[in-house]
Amino acid sequence: MAIAALNAAPARVRAVDYADVQGIVRYGYGALTEACFLLLRVRDAAAARAWLRAAPVTNAVELPKPPQTALQVAFTARGLRALGVAEPVVSQFSLEFLEGMGGDASRSRRIGDLGPNAPSEWRWGTGDGVPDVMLMLYALPGRLGDLERAVCAPPFDEAFALLRRLDTSNLGDHEPFGFKDGISQPKPDWTFARDAAGDQLEYANLVALGEFLLGYPNEYAKYTERPLLDDDASTAALAPAPDAPGKRDLGLNGTYLVVRDLEQDVRGFRQFVHDRAREAGMTPEALAAAFVGRTYDGESPMPRSAEPIAGVDPDEAVLNAFTYGSDPAGTRCPVGAHVRRANPRNADFPGKPAGLLARIVALLGFGPHGYRDDTMSPTRFHRVLRRGREYGPGLSAEEALQPAPPGDPERGLHFICVNANISRQFEFLQNAWAMSAKFDCLNAETDPLLGTRVPSPGCPSTSHFTVPHEGAPRTRLAGLPRFVTLRGGAYFFLPSLRALRYFAGSGDR
Amino acid sequence: MTPQSSLMILAPIDRRREAELRALLASMNDGPGRVKPRNALIPFARYDALHFARILILDDQTLGDGALYGLPPFDPPLCVVLIFEIDGEEDAFLAELVRGSEQGLRAIFACCADFTPGADLLAWMRAHLRPASAVYVNTLGRTIARIREDAALYDALEAYLDANAAAPAGRSAAAVHLALRGFVEGEKAAGRLRLSPERPTPPDWELRNLVDLVLVPLLLLIFWFPLAVAAIVLLVRIRMLELSDPEYCPRPDPRHVELLTSLEDHDVTNQFSAMGTLKPGFTRRAVCLGILFLLNYTQRQIYTRGRLARVRTIHFARWTFVDDEHKRLLFTSNYDGSLDSYMDDFINKVAFGLNVVFSNGIGYPSARWLVLDGAKDEQPYKNYIRRHQLATEVWYNGHQGLGANDLQRNELVRAGIETASMTEEQAREWLSLL
Repeated sequence: MAIAALNAAPARVRAVDYADVQGIVRYGYGALTEACFLLLRVRDAAAARAWLRAAPVTNAVELPKPPQTALQVAFTARGLRALGVAEPVVSQFSLEFLEGMGGDASRSRRIGDLGPNAPSEWRWGTGDGVPDVMLMLYALPGRLGDLERAVCAPPFDEAFALLRRLDTSNLGDHEPFGFKDGISQPKPDWTFARDAAGDQLEYANLVALGEFLLGYPNEYAKYTERPLLDDDASTAALAPAPDAPGKRDLGLNGTYLVVRDLEQDVRGFRQFVHDRAREAGMTPEALAAAFVGRTYDGESPMPRSAEPIAGVDPDEAVLNAFTYGSDPAGTRCPVGAHVRRANPRNADFPGKPAGLLARIVALLGFGPHGYRDDTMSPTRFHRVLRRGREYGPGLSAEEALQPAPPGDPERGLHFICVNANISRQFEFLQNAWAMSAKFDCLNAETDPLLGTRVPSPGCPSTSHFTVPHEGAPRTRLAGLPRFVTLRGGAYFFLPSLRALRYFAGSGDR
Repeated sequence: MTPQSSLMILAPIDRRREAELRALLASMNDGPGRVKPRNALIPFARYDALHFARILILDDQTLGDGALYGLPPFDPPLCVVLIFEIDGEEDAFLAELVRGSEQGLRAIFACCADFTPGADLLAWMRAHLRPASAVYVNTLGRTIARIREDAALYDALEAYLDANAAAPAGRSAAAVHLALRGFVEGEKAAGRLRLSPERPTPPDWELRNLVDLVLVPLLLLIFWFPLAVAAIVLLVRIRMLELSDPEYCPRPDPRHVELLTSLEDHDVTNQFSAMGTLKPGFTRRAVCLGILFLLNYTQRQIYTRGRLARVRTIHFARWTFVDDEHKRLLFTSNYDGSLDSYMDDFINKVAFGLNVVFSNGIGYPSARWLVLDGAKDEQPYKNYIRRHQLATEVWYNGHQGLGANDLQRNELVRAGIETASMTEEQAREWLSLL
């Protein structure tokens, strides 16, 4: 009887098996301040598989205190093939992943990787520079060397060749330009507390787990496409697919990582805001804050919202409990500010139509009709979890105004984000929001930090920045230089631990 | 007010000359997706009434999907399509087109099965015009000439504000508005800006429009009872069909996607062309034709000011049956942003509007009661879109770089400039556009 009742109930999402999820999806490993990322090519597939079988990959189970070290493993499509994963399996991964970040000129054009950011200019991530495997090493201060020696012990060299080592540095809570970083992150709904199906009238920071982890319902209450394999001896260790009876789920508890090597011209940025602030009638700090949409200390110009926002905890409410709903023209926070482009914090409908009739009226296009109303896609379908790390030494505000000494080291960010659907999340963000000259009724400008300033057809300038003013003409700065240059990048699949074992067993079957 | 229209020429290709036709079309481009606006065959940029033009070959990848319904293999003649979205009526434009591009048009149509070198080109084109079942125009009466004047005005104002950043400080918004008006007067007098008055609306169009506005609701009112009964019967029939209709949304061929994406994102605006086949049977056809009739009416009479339901990014769209039996439907549009943004709008804003038409097509993600689900099934829907999409070999945009939001903003800016005086509040609102 009880079993019959259970079967009749709608399919319940199973609880997450944290022991099967790589830890980086759940934790940023902030306490493990030392980190490096090793980009590898497979030298010998059998040796690589043997190494992977023994690799102590860290899972997402909660520990009483942070681990001493953590190791994560991710693969490109090339890497899966190099390991000997069969083509009918590989071809079931998403098209973006299969083509790679730098593998298609149309993609580069779409996501704005043009001019100096074009794959032809990259140091890695294109042609022979596409890695197979990325190892992510994290450690408490002083422990990274030990971890790296342990990881790279024989037979590592037999299995892999090092393509590139991405070092990181710990700049505290700040990124190289000097802004407090990592303030706003979507909160994955690990416990399935929120019902994402249907219209969402309020902006929420609590986002369906399926946006960040495959095998769970996403913001459309659907399962994102991923490799589902026939049930046989080779796949017996994989979990059954929740949405496809008789199939084994290679994607479950795995996800995609976007890695971008972003060099930051810290001196260029600090000098620009210093030199040009007066033109805008602002202090350098205020101009920098206008660019970013937050002050160096992370404060938003937007007032704290009266209602709590789902997924914004009380302790972070001071910096994060706000939307831009009261500021459509951007007179408080410029519309083109970096964090506003990256997360416009809107919901499914403008004007929050309550009730079915009001909803239908809005749906038919008779809702708010202003010039700035309803120009944007709902934010909830385009969130990513950021897991990047800085590199290069810090530079104080005073030092940054000095000319670069000879041999000035590079600074920047190894941008890493977690998303289940690269095209709908990372690529959309990049295409429609960050690099779009037409974001939210703007014109002639792209992201003030990330923009390449490369003109696009019909848009001879993308290097402006507009600071709107209440009741007075806007201030518009022309000739923004490029502050950030893309030096390399790739799309990776971050497998579950079960999938990792499946890959590690590939060629032996 | 000059109304807009959309005209389409459809002609079967002589299969032996398909390669030649494709080469000709490619010669009109600098590269995939990048037309030469003044190419030798059809110098689009020379036509002052032309908003958008496209040429494509109806190479439908999904013809075999009829097998889902046990339909026999189907191999219709391969056709070429030319679509022009224009100001004014089609007769005047066609005559102008023939005058300026006769050689090029003859070269293209020489690859068609029923074209003879001695044919009267204009008469032949007229004979191959294919009427639309529905047409959408973003803003009724917004001519390409007007778009260009408005854009020049906006650019001049922006440049003026850039150059005189300090001057307006401390002045009221109304005073700034007056100063800008004065600046524009000066530019007009110097011949650097032109703000032409609107042309009178053609009287016959006005009359037809008025009859249309009244007649359709009147007929619906008179025949409401039989129509309501028919609608209920059809809806119930549809619901029964929905329970058994196969859904077929496999992932598209990566090579097809690669071809399509190579044609996209060369401009702020993109083209979209797609086609599919109706599910068999009377019910589906009747519902689809009925819905398109109503859709066309709402688009003529209601959605004429910048929004198609909630979607603001479509410039022109057109729904056309390419056969007399009303089996195969071609959808073409011009929209802003990448296809991902467009599909996002489709799914999040107007899924119901897509479902009512396209769920009558073979393979579409399963809908409920004609309006629910369907496009809301994100990934199957996106697969469906890409698989049914056609390569638009040639595409011309008469206002490159200007999205629908830009056009609307420029229009509002101009309306403000043409307003003699504003209250402080109006002026503040207006200034926020710049």
